[in-house]
Order: sequence, then C-alpha cells, then structure tokens
Amino acid sequence: MATGELTPAVHEHHTSTGLDNTKMAMWAFLGSECLFFGSFISTYLLYRNQTADGPTSADLYDIPYTSVSSFVLLMSSLTMVLALAACHRKDQRGMRAWLLATALLGMVFIGGQIYEFTEFAHEGLALSVSPFGSSFFVLTGFHGAHVTVGILMLLLLVGMSMFDRLGPDDSRKVELIGLYWHFVDIVWIIIFTVVYLIPS
Amino acid sequence: MSQYAEAQEELELSHHPSPGQYVKIAVILAILTAFEVGISYIDALSDVLIPLLGALAIAKFVMVVGYFMHLKFDSKLFRYLFVTGIGFALAVFTIVLVIFFSAEGGPSPGGPG
Amino acid sequence: MATAAAQGGLFRRPTATTGWWSWVTTVDHKKIGILYCATALAFFVIGGIEALAIRTQLAVPNGTTLTAETYNQFFTMHGLTMIFLVVMPLGVGIMNYLAPLMIGARDVAFPRINAFSYWVFLLGGLFLYSSFFLGGAPDGGWFGYAPLSTQLPGNGMTFYALGLQILGVASLLGAVNFIVTILNMRAPGMTLMRMPVFIWMTLVTAFLLLFAMPVIAVALFELMFDRVYNANFFNPATGGDPVLWQHLFWLFGHPEVYIMILPAMGIISDVLPTFSRKPIFGYAAIVFAGIAIGFMGWGVWAHHMFAVGLGPVANSAFALSTMFIAVPTGVKIFNWLGTMWKGDLHFNTPMLFAIGFVSMFIIGGLSGVTHAIVPSDAQQTDTYYIVAHFHYVLFGGAIFGLFSGLYYWWPKVFGKLLSEGLGKVHFWLMFIGFNLAFGPMHILGLEGMPRRTYTYPDGMGWNLWNLVATVGAFIIAVSIAVFLVNAVRTKRKGREAGADPWDGRTLEWSTPSPAPAYNFAEVPIVKARDDFWHRKYVVKPDEQVTPVVAGGAVAAHEDEHDPGHGIHLPAPSFLPVLAAPGLPIMAYGVIYSWPLIVVGGLLLLLALFGWVLEPSEVEH
Repeated sequence: MATGELTPAVHEHHTSTGLDNTKMAMWAFLGSECLFFGSFISTYLLYRNQTADGPTSADLYDIPYTSVSSFVLLMSSLTMVLALAACHRKDQRGMRAWLLATALLGMVFIGGQIYEFTEFAHEGLALSVSPFGSSFFVLTGFHGAHVTVGILMLLLLVGMSMFDRLGPDDSRKVELIGLYWHFVDIVWIIIFTVVYLIPS
Repeated sequence: MSQYAEAQEELELSHHPSPGQYVKIAVILAILTAFEVGISYIDALSDVLIPLLGALAIAKFVMVVGYFMHLKFDSKLFRYLFVTGIGFALAVFTIVLVIFFSAEGGPSPGGPG
Repeated sequence: MATAAAQGGLFRRPTATTGWWSWVTTVDHKKIGILYCATALAFFVIGGIEALAIRTQLAVPNGTTLTAETYNQFFTMHGLTMIFLVVMPLGVGIMNYLAPLMIGARDVAFPRINAFSYWVFLLGGLFLYSSFFLGGAPDGGWFGYAPLSTQLPGNGMTFYALGLQILGVASLLGAVNFIVTILNMRAPGMTLMRMPVFIWMTLVTAFLLLFAMPVIAVALFELMFDRVYNANFFNPATGGDPVLWQHLFWLFGHPEVYIMILPAMGIISDVLPTFSRKPIFGYAAIVFAGIAIGFMGWGVWAHHMFAVGLGPVANSAFALSTMFIAVPTGVKIFNWLGTMWKGDLHFNTPMLFAIGFVSMFIIGGLSGVTHAIVPSDAQQTDTYYIVAHFHYVLFGGAIFGLFSGLYYWWPKVFGKLLSEGLGKVHFWLMFIGFNLAFGPMHILGLEGMPRRTYTYPDGMGWNLWNLVATVGAFIIAVSIAVFLVNAVRTKRKGREAGADPWDGRTLEWSTPSPAPAYNFAEVPIVKARDDFWHRKYVVKPDEQVTPVVAGGAVAAHEDEHDPGHGIHLPAPSFLPVLAAPGLPIMAYGVIYSWPLIVVGGLLLLLALFGWVLEPSEVEH
C-alpha cells in the first residue's frame, strides 16, 4: 500500500522521548502486573502449609509432569521471539508459522494445567477445602487465564495476517503481544520455583 | 512506511540477537530448568535448596526479560517502569510476609506460620 | 468521506460533532473530562444525601431516622461514593480536560481507552448503586474488613467486591494513558522541569494508580472467591488470616489517599501563583516533594493497623515512616505559603478555595501526625477523631482543592465565568459548614465516641457536638446548592470569559474559551516554564513586570476562515461504549447466573475485536 493515499494515518507521531506510545504503555502495564501476581504469590506463600484436612502439596505435586509443562511454556517464548524476527525480515508466512507454534505450545500448557487441576480435584483439593487450595487454584488459575488471553491474541494476529489486516506497523503489534507473552512466561518461572519446587 | 518509522525500526533492529542466538538462549533456559528440577530431588542440598532455586529462577527471569523481551537493548525508561513494579512488589510483600512469620506479628492460633 | 473499506475497519466510524450521540461516541479528552466531572458532581450530591441521613440519625442520641442495617449501608456507600465516585473522578476529569492543554498536546495518548475508562466508571458506579434495589447495598464499611465482609449475608458485599473491581479497571487504564501522555506527548521545548506542577502531580498520581490498583484487585478477587465460591482466603477456621485482607487493602489504601490529594495539590499549585501574581515558590522542591510522597506513600500502610497486633517492631517501623512522610508534605506547604508571601493577592473564588485548602489541610495533616504515634493512635483509632482527620484532608483538602480547580478552569471549559458573588457565598458557607461539621469531631473522638456505629446513648456528653456537626452538614448542603444554582445561571447568562480571564501563566490560557476541538491551531514551541506568561510579560532585572507589546494570547482570535485546517484528530468511536457494559454484565453473572459471565465476556471480546480492527485515525 503506497503512502500518501487515503490510508489510515500511520502512528509516526514524533514523541517527546522518541519511544513508541504503545510500547511504553505495555511496559507500564507489565510493571503493574508485577504487583498483581506479587500479591497472589505472597498469598500463596502465606498459605502453602495451611492445608486444613485436605491434601498437601507433597501429596499432590508431580514435579516431572509440571517440569515438562514449564519446558513447553519456555519454548513458546522461543517461538514467539522467532515470530518477531520473521516479522522484522518481512517474512509473513514464517511469522504466521511461528505465531501459530507459540499459540499451540500455549494450548499444550493450558491443557496440561487443566489436567493437573482435575487430578488435584480428584485427590480432594478445592477452593473450599483450605487456604492452600484457594491460593493454589486462584494463583495458577489467573496465570492460566493470562495465558489463554495471550493465545487468543496470538490467534487474532495470525488471522489478521492471513486477511492482510496487519499494516505497515505490524511488527509493533507482534512485538507488544510478544512482550505480554514473555511476561506470562516469566511469571510461570517464578510460580514453578516458588509453588512447586520449594518444599513445604 | 515513512522514513521516520523506517529509521526507528532500523535503530531497534540493529541490536537484535539473531535467531541462532535466541535458540542458544532457549537451550540454556532448558538446561537451567532441568538443573532446578534435578537439585530439588537431592536431599544433601536441602539446606541451600531455596537460595539455589531462587538464583536459578532469577537467572532464567533475567535472561527472558533481557533478551527475549529485548530490555537489555531498549531504552532505560522501559527498564525503570518494569523494575519499579518488581521493586515495589518485592519490598512490600517481603515486609508483609516477615510480619506474618515473625513470632509477634504472627496471627492467632490456627493461623499460618 | 472515506468509505469503510478504505478506512480498513469493519464499520464506518461515527462523525457527529454535536448532539448527544457525539457525547456517546466522543474520544475527545475535553468532552470526556466534562463527562467525568458532571457524573462525579451528581454522585457528590448522592453521597451528600447519604451524609445528611447519617448526620440526621446522629444528631440526637438513640436516633430513629435509620435502622442499624440501613445505617450500615449508608455509611458504607457514603465512603465508597465520595472516594471512588467523587474525589477520584473529579480529579481524573480535571486531569483529562487540562493535561493535554497544559503540555501542548491535542489529546491523550489513547483516546478510545480514555473514553472506555469513562464508560466503565459510569457503569461501575451504577452497578454499585443498583445494589440498593437488588437486596441491599454493601454494608461492611468501605474498607471491607474480613471476616465480616466475607460473612455478611445477602449480596451487598459481593456488589462491593465486584463494583470496585470494575471501577479499578477504569482507573488502571487511565493511569497507563496519562503516564504515556505526559511522558510522550509534550510540545516541543516542554521539558519535564518546565511542566506545570499540576502535570507533575498528575504523573505521580498515575504511577500510584498503576501500582496500587492491582493490589486491591487481588484483595477483591480473594474476597469474591471467599463469598461466592467458598474459598478460604480469610477464613480463620481453616487457617486463613483476616489480617491478610487488611495488609492487601491498605497496601492499596494508603497510596489511594495520595491518589486523592495529589491532583488537588497540583491544582492549587497552579491557582496560587496566578492569584498571587508570582511564580510558584520553589518549583523543584515542590516537584520532588510530590515524587517523594509517591514513593514514601508505599511505606506507611500499616499505620492503619496499629491496633491489630503486628508487634512492637512493625508498629515502630511504620510509626517512623509515617512521621517521615510529613516532611515532603510540609515542604509543599511552605512552598504554597512562600508563593503567597509578598504576592499581589487577588481573592477571587478559586483563590479562596485554594487558601481554604492550605489551611484545612494543615489541620488535617496535624491530626494525622498525632496518629503516627502508636500509643496515641491506640486511643484515637476507631473513634471520631479519625473521622475528623480524614475529612479535614479529604474534604477540607481534596474537595476544596477540586472546587478551586472547577472555578478556575470553568471559563476555559465553558467560555463563561461563574458568578463571583455566588462563588464567595458558596465558599464561605462551605467553609463554615465544614468546620462546624468536622471540627467538633476531634473532641467527640477524644471523648471516646466510636465510629461506624448507628447510634449512641444519652448521657455520654456527646449530644451537643453531634448536634453542631449535623447543623454544619446541612450548611454544607446549602453551599452545594448555591454552587449548582451558580452553574445553571452561568450556563444561561454568564459573563463571557475570553481566552485568559485570570491572566494565567500556563498554556491552556493561550487557546480560545471553550478550547476548540483541536486544542491548538499550531502546536506551541515552549521556551520556558510558564511559557505563556513569558510571552505576555517581560521581567526586567529590577523585577518590574511589563507587558510585551502585542504579545501573549496568540490564539485568542483564530484564523476565522479556516481554523484548525489539516489537523488530524482521533475519530469518534462507539466501540468504547459498546465494550464497557461487558464488565458489569459479567459482574451480574457472578452474583446471579454464570451464563451472564459468558455473555458479558463475549460482548467485551467482540467489541475489543472490532476495536483492534478499527483504524485509530482517519484523514480529514
């Protein structure tokens, strides 16, 4: 699409810092999310041994299983960053492929989470059983919700690309969703260590 | 794309790691994860387990933020925005948890700690 | 007009610039600012009625105006209303209208998100108030302490958890918007240290919101899970700890009080110089004091918990940090006094309210310092002494400051000056009524009258001051009526204001009044702090101020033939107002019927989908 036609005006506003508005907004939002997850993680740390009459983490956690899950999410960060690199190279097909791979790995992670949740539920853990149950499910649940939102956004990007709706500034959109995705990954890095690996 | 936007993008791209380097980082992350899982099973390390796991997690965190999220190469302002969030979270929640788990700040019987 | 296809969106974007539809689809920060302030003033009247009901009940011992249950709902909603539906949105509304103008920008960084924030705020407030008609309003206090808040029957406290959650979304998005706007959209030459103090305070407020809102969000989610899904976050029976609620709430709650006061401090930091005809005294000091307050405000939260039993170490640490935070606040007070000192003072209504702010805030601040001393606070906490303190800082402080801003900028927004005569009546009635209402509460508190209780017995020695306080409250109500009459009369036949009725110092006075849609015909080039003032006046070495010949109000007379030609403005959109209801629908779903959660979520998702595909600008 040549410039100068009746195109939507490109966001090439000169900014006071020289930095892009949306990228600054995303980093500010991620700073805010640190407080969000920090609050839930602290709640978990407070209550991890308050198991009432219900199952404990030692009863439930399957570290090898969750490690595989963590590995999957870590690799999805790799595919995400490869998608962005493809986008920078103007390789739309490559970008779509890597974005799809990221979404798929995310879905595998979520699938793993769902399986884990149902297993724990069968073993008697629930929100209503103990503070440990409440904080475990809510913390990992909100993380999973964030991953799900990320997957939806990735699929939206793929769709937009397929229908030629990603304009000249598409690398910015991919970059922003990438930042969000990596953030969700690093939250899991913390959760995996703090929730699963540290013994009760 | 306008000249201005193109110049902006070139400036940013000049600092990007190559795909090959990204793969290397991912391999390191995988190895660190395997390490973390491995040492959690070793009883002999149980005394230093928590600081060790913490260090490993932080290493992974920093690598993803620095390289995948490109923070190492980007404007310091983004770093300040993010680090301020982390800083506040760490500071206030450390204080909260210390209050809870210290003898006097501990809650009534039946509570955590 | 470009077709939808050429625009690249799914729908044609609305184009109305007048009429009610233009207000519904507006993304213009000025219209959004007016919407925020008008809505907040409406809630102010409602919150005031709640206050009058409370004061009527407490005017005499063993009052029978309100039952205990109703009283609990009224004092809870009074607090929620005044904090979340009045003081915060008034601040945000004024920030919305003024911030882009003061920094020389045409709008905020994300105009559609700005509109979305407003609609979410409005719907959140309505959601909260719908509780009165759906089984009863929240009745566990605005602070919602567990386990009372988790166990109170009915849906009231669930409305509290969900309603505040919705409002929090609006605040968080607004915070991101203002941070990016202020950092990234300043006019050329407007360095950070040339920004008006009001803009600095807006920036600090935005950062406080950014980091504090997520914490209350978590607290509210945990409360919601406890109430609706039988979780155990605050359930002592299974090992939960209600004190966790207090920590999370006050981690938000303390920054929240700075969120409420900093905009007002910023306002009077621009009003006082204008009406003292001197620049602000110690600009750098007042800016850094504001930043210091932003940081230190995170280290004092447990001073709301001195009676909980945290132990002497925690108590002492927070007592110290609380005493320290008085320092930057004190610096600002000296800055304001220094501004007025030897100034050419003009006591117009905005100035009266600004001076009222300084004096009332000093009183509130002093009582605050007395709470910092733990044994003293053990006496004061949960008594009317605390009620006195926070009304002095939030009413005597924030509300007075916000009214100063309203009177000051009314001519810029509406092109007409509010009546000075009525303004002065408003001020004095409000000042007298306020002090009558809340001054005696210091005494009542020290004499042991507990707060949050619906009645008191005879013979405690509290009767007289309670009656006086009630009289004061009604005088305040009269003063508000005077203000509303003023507003209506001004709309009908107010004096034309012109661009710069107060001989102001900052950029917003360089535009016509009301400011045109595009704000500035030409983006200003800023050469100094108070750049507009320096275009009007030259300060000679002997400190004589002389007007610049033919200088000053550049844009008072726009290019009449084609004002604002070729300026790109963000186009209106109905997607913010379409997306916003998704949140309260989901909230109703949590209370009544889970399919509604899906419906609300889908609405939100689809609207956001349309939003992403809609181009954010269209060539004119």
